[in-house]
Amino acid sequence: MTVAVLVLAGGALGAPLRYLLGKWIPTAFPWGILIANVSASFVLGLAGAGVTTGWLPGWVLALAGTGFCGTLSTYSSFTNDTLKLAEKGEHRSAALNLVVTVGCGMIAAVAGAALGRAI
Amino acid sequence: MILLLVAVGAAVGAPLRYLTDRAVQSRHDAVFPWGTLTVNVAGSALLGFLVALPADGAVLALAGSGFCGALTTYSTFSYETVRLAEGGARLLAAANVAASVLAGLGAAWCGMALAQMAA
Repeated sequence: MTVAVLVLAGGALGAPLRYLLGKWIPTAFPWGILIANVSASFVLGLAGAGVTTGWLPGWVLALAGTGFCGTLSTYSSFTNDTLKLAEKGEHRSAALNLVVTVGCGMIAAVAGAALGRAI
Repeated sequence: MILLLVAVGAAVGAPLRYLTDRAVQSRHDAVFPWGTLTVNVAGSALLGFLVALPADGAVLALAGSGFCGALTTYSTFSYETVRLAEGGARLLAAANVAASVLAGLGAAWCGMALAQMAA
């Protein structure tokens, strides 16, 4: 139960921040979501490694990882934005969004985890 | 006001993601992240449905950016994929990427198609 409350608290912060990112960067290409997804992947990698190596207490992963990073990043907008770009005939942008999000998201998670292990 | 709606939707979506993930992962011993895949596919379908209706701004903020945005997550998808790959399960990591992308896009498309049929 306590864990669910931590997830809720972190989640209530991450989602509005993602919404604001989208508002601040009102481009046709979904840069806001891309930035949110990549940065959240980095922070989750960092927090995950921090908890695994012991310099972060376990509850931080629920609050900052599952809660904050989990809602700062989103999968539903990623898939819907990609599909909308493709339906508008912008196949290159759709493919670019897919490849860059998957590639940069994983690089960010690896980099975050590497930093977390180095600390 | 909009930010509050996003936060309220996320306050429901994020704990539901956590509970769904726990429920799904407890049903089998496999290392494959079925829980995250489940919420990401379900959230992609629901957002596709809402966007194609089209739902009004307040509903989209609450149920779209808030609930679906928080129910689904990108950071955990990246992190779990990287952990599979780093643990030597490269095939499962690749399968997770392929399944998440294909099922996520397919679900968003189905959600949109359903809304267009209902309209």
